[in-house]
Amino acid sequence: MTAPIGVLALQGDFREHRQTLAKIGVDSIEVRTLADLTASSGLIIPGGESTVMQKLALAYDLFQPIKDALKAGLPAFGTCAGLIMLADEILDGIAGQSGFGGLDVSVRRNAFGNQLDSFEVDLEFKGVVGSPVHAAFIRAPIVERVGPEVEVLSTLGDGRIVGVRQKNLMGISFHPEVTDETRIHELFVSMVGA
Amino acid sequence: MSKSSIPTSTTGTPLVKRGLAEMMKGGVIMDVINVEQAKIAEDSGAVAVMALERVPADIRAQGGVSRMSDPDMIDSIINAVSIPVMAKARIGHFVEAQILESLGVDYIDESEVLSPADYVNHINKWNFKVPFVCGATNLGEALRRITEGAAMIRSKGEAGTGDVSEAMKHIRTISGQIRDLSSKTEDELFVAAKELQAPFELVREIAVSGKLPVTLFVAGGIATPADAALMMQLGADGVFVGSGIFKSGNPLERAKAIVKATTFYNDPSVLAEVSRGLGEAMVGINVSDLPAPHRLAERGW
Repeated sequence: MTAPIGVLALQGDFREHRQTLAKIGVDSIEVRTLADLTASSGLIIPGGESTVMQKLALAYDLFQPIKDALKAGLPAFGTCAGLIMLADEILDGIAGQSGFGGLDVSVRRNAFGNQLDSFEVDLEFKGVVGSPVHAAFIRAPIVERVGPEVEVLSTLGDGRIVGVRQKNLMGISFHPEVTDETRIHELFVSMVGA
Repeated sequence: MSKSSIPTSTTGTPLVKRGLAEMMKGGVIMDVINVEQAKIAEDSGAVAVMALERVPADIRAQGGVSRMSDPDMIDSIINAVSIPVMAKARIGHFVEAQILESLGVDYIDESEVLSPADYVNHINKWNFKVPFVCGATNLGEALRRITEGAAMIRSKGEAGTGDVSEAMKHIRTISGQIRDLSSKTEDELFVAAKELQAPFELVREIAVSGKLPVTLFVAGGIATPADAALMMQLGADGVFVGSGIFKSGNPLERAKAIVKATTFYNDPSVLAEVSRGLGEAMVGINVSDLPAPHRLAERGW
């Protein structure tokens, strides 16, 4: 029995991530403290408000430990706000905004506009076989620049990048946790197990 | 900002409408009346702001008809912050909602805090791409709003009082009624739907799942970190704080404290720490001292 996967539970749709993991038979815990982080075999950073997650992580002394753990190789998977938290560079952030970093990418917040521009679409996703991934983009970010070591996992029809991986880190613009999509979580579980 | 249309994608679906509220869970939505307050809210960790000209405590104090805010004021707040911006339309005033949608707000609150425009009908919210949040005091009211297209429910409490007792009553009522449904047999759900004045299919869905199909936030009277944590422990997905922050002595510190309390709602030592030295809370009004015609929660049907 391996250690559970931690889901960062400062704010956002962490419950949906835990439900998705439960559907594929994987144990999870909510991460709010250093002890929770230490007990986790991997970390999911959920959708939510990246500005809020940063503030709460700083206020509760989780920011630097998470940063260090990712650098040391802890597998992590971020969706939407979680992708922003994993990006080395954040475009259109608020003053002083930064994430845990680790992914050599530039990510633009609210890249599509306001809520009226939120949308659903079908996508191909590298490593996911069978039917396309049905993806919900909710005030979503976009990856505008990728470094040489970053693998692009998914793009929109017009080529804009919405899924990336670099070593132990995977980040996507959309929310498989709200669409009954389990295959991307399965990919992450295999990253944790590897 | 890039806004090129993407082939085969669809906007304004129930999934993306309800989804935005899912992303706000565990967060605090704050009422703001100007750019300065909006920035303080964003800096303190609000997940969204509600742009309005008068907070409920002032609406109460000043009286008169209360309407949608000036589009200039809403625009200025949209331009000032990067988090989602909500704005209020009067109950049943679908043209105010059309205007707010055209301004590009992220959520519309069809709110009893403003003077109702229609004492019979609420807005047909399916006609809009922008999502709506609506108030409710009980499960039947919540289900009627969801049937009309609401993508998020906020229990009403009693806005502008700083008295948490009505918020308590409404969240307990809604969750108690959901528990009651879960304990009923299929045969009993027909009558339950009749009594709730809500569609049978929705009632059956809730009896099976044990929860609303949309996010449930709590509003109306939350003034302290302990109030926010109380609502979270009772099962709220998040909280709205209206007058409680900017009618207090130290808005920034109070806002930060309420944000932390909403995340660490189960940790009394954190709650004690964030409750220290916040200065004066908003001056409250006991709901029992309010004459019935002045109770906002009774607006909406």
